[in-house]
Amino acid sequence: MEAGEDRPRVGVDDWVASVETRKERRGGFAAIGRRVDALLPPWARLAIFAAFAARLPLWMDRGDLFAYGIFTLIYILLGLGLNVVVGYAGLLDLGYVALFGFGAYFYALLSSEQYGIHWPSWISIPLVVTSTALLGLVLGIPSRRLLGDYLAIVTLFFGQAFVVFVNAANPTVAGMGLTGGPNGIADIDPNDIFGYELVSRTQQYLFILGVVLLILIGLHFLSESRTGRAWRALREDPLAAEAMSMPVNRLKLMAFAFGAAIAGLAGCIFAAVLTAVTSGNFGLPILITIYAVVILGGIGSLTGVVLGAIVINVSFQFLAPENPQDNARYLFYGMIVLLLVLGVRPWWRLGVVFAGVVALGLVGHAVAGAIDSSWTSGAVVEGGRLAGVISDWVIIPSGHERFANAAYIALIVLVLTLTRVHGWWRTVVMIPTVYLSFIVWETSFVENPAVARWILFGALLVFLMTVRPQGLLGTPRVEIV
Amino acid sequence: MKKQPLFELRDVTKTFGGLTVADHLNLHVDEGEIVSLIGPNGAGKTTVFNLVTGIYRPDSGEIWFEGQNIVGLPPHKITQLGIARTFQTLRLFLNMSVKENVMAAAYGHTRSTVVEAIFRLPRARREEREIAQLAEEKLAFFGDRLVGYRHDQQAYNLSYANRRRLEIARAMATNPKLLLLDEPAAGMNPAETAELTELIGRLRTEGGYTVLVIEHDMHVVEGISDRVIALDHGVKLCEGSFGEVCENPLVIEAYLGLQGAA
Repeated sequence: MEAGEDRPRVGVDDWVASVETRKERRGGFAAIGRRVDALLPPWARLAIFAAFAARLPLWMDRGDLFAYGIFTLIYILLGLGLNVVVGYAGLLDLGYVALFGFGAYFYALLSSEQYGIHWPSWISIPLVVTSTALLGLVLGIPSRRLLGDYLAIVTLFFGQAFVVFVNAANPTVAGMGLTGGPNGIADIDPNDIFGYELVSRTQQYLFILGVVLLILIGLHFLSESRTGRAWRALREDPLAAEAMSMPVNRLKLMAFAFGAAIAGLAGCIFAAVLTAVTSGNFGLPILITIYAVVILGGIGSLTGVVLGAIVINVSFQFLAPENPQDNARYLFYGMIVLLLVLGVRPWWRLGVVFAGVVALGLVGHAVAGAIDSSWTSGAVVEGGRLAGVISDWVIIPSGHERFANAAYIALIVLVLTLTRVHGWWRTVVMIPTVYLSFIVWETSFVENPAVARWILFGALLVFLMTVRPQGLLGTPRVEIV
Repeated sequence: MKKQPLFELRDVTKTFGGLTVADHLNLHVDEGEIVSLIGPNGAGKTTVFNLVTGIYRPDSGEIWFEGQNIVGLPPHKITQLGIARTFQTLRLFLNMSVKENVMAAAYGHTRSTVVEAIFRLPRARREEREIAQLAEEKLAFFGDRLVGYRHDQQAYNLSYANRRRLEIARAMATNPKLLLLDEPAAGMNPAETAELTELIGRLRTEGGYTVLVIEHDMHVVEGISDRVIALDHGVKLCEGSFGEVCENPLVIEAYLGLQGAA
């Protein structure tokens, strides 16, 4: 069977054999994920994350540590659990957030004044995690017969039923409403380590960080074990997996139970740091956010989940209403510049666009001001450090109510035009488009901060997912070849 | 008394609605044999494989393997008993690496639990080493086709012929006694087919497997078979050596139609 040099190399296709070489040559943004994978082994990535995350309390005050640190860690935890079900086993589970809610409520019942029970964490957390895993098992039963979107609908029902149960059913147990109805359960005890209560934000943060690191290590080992491989095999082809000696139904239930256990743990932590739970915390928005974390990071990748949670939560908190309007503005201008830098080639054309936009701004502003001073006398809303530049450069009229709408429609027309023209024309059209987008931002969106934030958040996700459809660190998946 | 065959179908019948795809089928494979299953398209060859591996359940009849009736067992149990198959339509785990495809199939004969895996306890570590070694061994069976850089390639990168080889390697990793190969030469060029013929022989001599193979390419069938079984419409037409089956009028009729018929 030795294929000698003189024998023709049957079955060795040159094009196929050179796939990896061609991939190596492909550079740019799309290659970043692969380089991270190749350059840094999992241990190095974990060490970098741990070293960076452990120093966070030194750099942030209490509020920021809560918003950026603790919440990111909770998102990581939730993403890791969902990743087991959706990423490894390929089961589309939309009831996941109910398990998170169950964990949080159960912990709350065991550690609050609701029934006057104050069990220590070393009893309550294992109990909650085990019960959530069992509930996950129940939720997984339909997956024996259902797959894909069918499973999604059934599990979505479960998720909604949980919210309704907690909010409206609120059965009376021992003389009071079990779940507190719309008021939820308040005054929940903090987590404790064998009696040592974690009251400060720093203590809580470090505790959760420890939990996340341990789970990351465990999941890494699990994904490289027979069970992890079997989960992925069942995601790829359940029938072939079954024929290759894997008990598919048991593996599905195991994935559900395992993901649920992590969700239950996240619930315990969430309830303790928030000190109160209400049904509103476990609705569709959080489900979508967890899915966004997993999908953005790259389905099936642990590093991806961590990265996805950081990107989503940081941009989320960064754009939060408590923060100054500046943040959204910086993100908007930053995204436009980033898009141009990444999208416009060659470099001198990029230079032309930048120079053109600056020149158009100066000229446009001067001309508009010369016609009538009311065209440039509008106030910059919360300009911050950029206020001076904006008021001298972007046309913001005062009084002309229709202007904002007209600019908005013109922007849409220009963007559409942009998709239809090529070469030099594209560069030329790009200049007014970019400038007009600044005008639209300053005249329309700034007026509606809540809407603008969501649009920006959505645009960020659309942008990231368009550049890397497989997620930041995911590997592109091939369905049919 | 005659020795028990390794594997035996006794009077197996399977219908889909009004269509009988296996009609009181009797066939057996002795240990160490290479048996070919031939027949025109739609004869029920792949159905036999699906019945044996538990994907379909026969309406009546028994399927015996190593002195045990395996009817009603789920497919993964049957594979664990020692029957592994490949798929005519290729059902690889496309988005897993070549080596992982083979390693995944070792699930049935490894025992370490989730807890052992998470904490990397000794048994999990030892089994991991054994599985990796097993996979490399099985992939090395195909010469230089699936070794080296191929190990870490995703399965969808492979050419058609290599995918067929990977299917065989994956089936071998379940440690079977009986290998069911469903059209292993489909889509291969003449040189690759010749190589495959040689390979099936080595599966018996070096691998120690008993092989039941469905094949349309008569050069392959002639080259490998100890015995040939011809099927049509779920009925066994005849069995015997390649020469006997080729000259059987029923087989000729099934393939070419009745002589002189309009």
